[in-house]
Amino acid sequence: MLFRLLSGDFPRSRALTVVLIAILAGLALAPFIFPGTRSLNVAAKVAVFVLLVASYDLLLGYTGIVSFAHTMFFGIGGYGVGIAMAKMGASWGALALGIFAALALSLAIALAIGLLSLRVRAIFFAMITLAVASFFQILASQMSPVTGGEDGLSFRLPELLRERLVAYYVVLGVALALFLALLRVVNSPFGRVLLAIRENEFRAEAIGYRLVNYRTVANCLAALGATVAGVLYAIWLRYTGPDTTLSFNIMIDILLMVVIGGMGTMYGAVLGATLFVVAQNYLQDLMKLASGSLEGLPLLPALLHPDRWLLWLGVLFILCVYYFPAGIVGRLRR
Amino acid sequence: MKKDWTPLALVPVIALVALPLVGSAPTWVTLTVAGLAMGMMIFMMASGLTLVFGLMDVLNFAHGVFISVGAYGAATVLTRMSRQMEAEGLASDLSAMIPAVLAAIALAAFLGWFFERVLIRPVYGDHLKQILITMGGLIVFEQLIHVVWGPDIIPLPRPGTITGSFIVGEAAIERYRVAAVVVGLAVFAAMWLVLNRTRIGLLVRAGVENPEMVESLGYRIRRLFVGVFVAGSGLAGLGGAMWAMYQEQVNAQMGAQVLVMIFIVVIIGGLGSVGGCFLGALLVGLLANYTGYLAPKLALGSNILLMVLVLLWRPRGLYPIGKA
Repeated sequence: MLFRLLSGDFPRSRALTVVLIAILAGLALAPFIFPGTRSLNVAAKVAVFVLLVASYDLLLGYTGIVSFAHTMFFGIGGYGVGIAMAKMGASWGALALGIFAALALSLAIALAIGLLSLRVRAIFFAMITLAVASFFQILASQMSPVTGGEDGLSFRLPELLRERLVAYYVVLGVALALFLALLRVVNSPFGRVLLAIRENEFRAEAIGYRLVNYRTVANCLAALGATVAGVLYAIWLRYTGPDTTLSFNIMIDILLMVVIGGMGTMYGAVLGATLFVVAQNYLQDLMKLASGSLEGLPLLPALLHPDRWLLWLGVLFILCVYYFPAGIVGRLRR
Repeated sequence: MKKDWTPLALVPVIALVALPLVGSAPTWVTLTVAGLAMGMMIFMMASGLTLVFGLMDVLNFAHGVFISVGAYGAATVLTRMSRQMEAEGLASDLSAMIPAVLAAIALAAFLGWFFERVLIRPVYGDHLKQILITMGGLIVFEQLIHVVWGPDIIPLPRPGTITGSFIVGEAAIERYRVAAVVVGLAVFAAMWLVLNRTRIGLLVRAGVENPEMVESLGYRIRRLFVGVFVAGSGLAGLGGAMWAMYQEQVNAQMGAQVLVMIFIVVIIGGLGSVGGCFLGALLVGLLANYTGYLAPKLALGSNILLMVLVLLWRPRGLYPIGKA
């Protein structure tokens, strides 16, 4: 049972198992053991970002291509729900239509980008996705009658989802199910081919695998995962806007989470997302304390200023790329 | 090698197509000068990126940091020089501007040297890690800018001689834009001369074509790498200083904001090609100004549409460099 659920890809480390079980238990019981709106928001954000980061890891860690359009697909999911809810009213039909339209649009764009630019070098794909994503961001902020422009869209959800507890478990359940599905994908024969391409694309091609096809399918799957994450995030926040879904800062956050957690290990997404979101919400408090206690020293208080938390995660990111390419998970598995 | 002139025709073609659309000649002149000036500044910021890519096969996502640092360097010097800034006359203005620009170049070049040495050197040849490392550098150095210069936007005054505009016929032309065009042309000419008429330029071009061969002939390609990286960073700093004076403000995100535009220019020109980069920058600058006047809503997306069109015509950019 457990074997099938995890697709035979166990954590393979006692410490990692303990951490993963702790995170899962924490998320599952979050409404009861961490009361308060803030902690529930943190828990929901962790769940959404685990899915978002896991789907990105399929691209970066397993296929070895860098995309900067992941937030675009995240945004398409968010705006799909947002526009449908805001324009068509809070009905289940509208929600389903919004989700379906978002998935279809994501699939079409991912397919087009993949077929056009995955033929050439990885670096070209990175730049093209960056350009397309920024174009989409401009589009969302310019088409304010539809998208609400810079302000975004606030909307009402169908009755049942207005209940916070229900919404939370819907978000968590879908994120967990899709995470397991992604685990299935990377451990399938298809996932093995992706790994082969990552390790040696020349040899993979020589064996007879069509690189473009495999990469494009991976790109589409990742895009769909990100879209669902966007849908979940919109459902949780009951709001969609450029800053919560489309901004380049979120893309940087995703990169940090994947690399710190561990590229090429789905469990890294869980660790990376949890660590990052918790740090984002609680590290600043800690730094405020540290910065306050170092008052009067030169430079140090400025370096430990609460707004500089990203600096330290950035340093951790660089150290990870150099010294721990498999991130925290790689360390724990040794 | 046969010269390929067709892409060069794009600049006058776009300018001429825009003339009847804009309608009035004076407005057209103003827009064209503005577009050329913007193109020159983009070229200064982008040329380092394309050279570094061509020679070392490194795509530096942290290139924007050099731009921001150049802008901050210039701002620091200019705000200290308020006495010279307030005095009338070209001489005193230049005595403030030249140190500011030199500071921008020096600061960005030094940072570039540090960057190449510490961050990029261990990951030559590994694209995935290069992208990740330079992204990490972008995050860390953007935050460090906040630590050093504070989180607020710094307003940047322009010296009197290059503010305001003069009237030619009925067209109003901003002085600063003319200055930007002059500096941009000078930088392009200097780069062209260095690349085509000096021994170092010869080695750089040979290195772009075939680094192993250059190495086996006894030249230290590593030193060339560092030199080009530092020069490219310095150019980015110069471009950043010019851009900041154009915007009349400095903030830490400005480098990241123009980064997308710079990438588009580099892609349009053909990765690694300086001439293509110059042409691409002019096209993007002109188009941005024309569409900004004709259809403001389209303006921000116009350069991406341009990129798509160019890539449909020439999938590897206007002037692709030997390596695929």
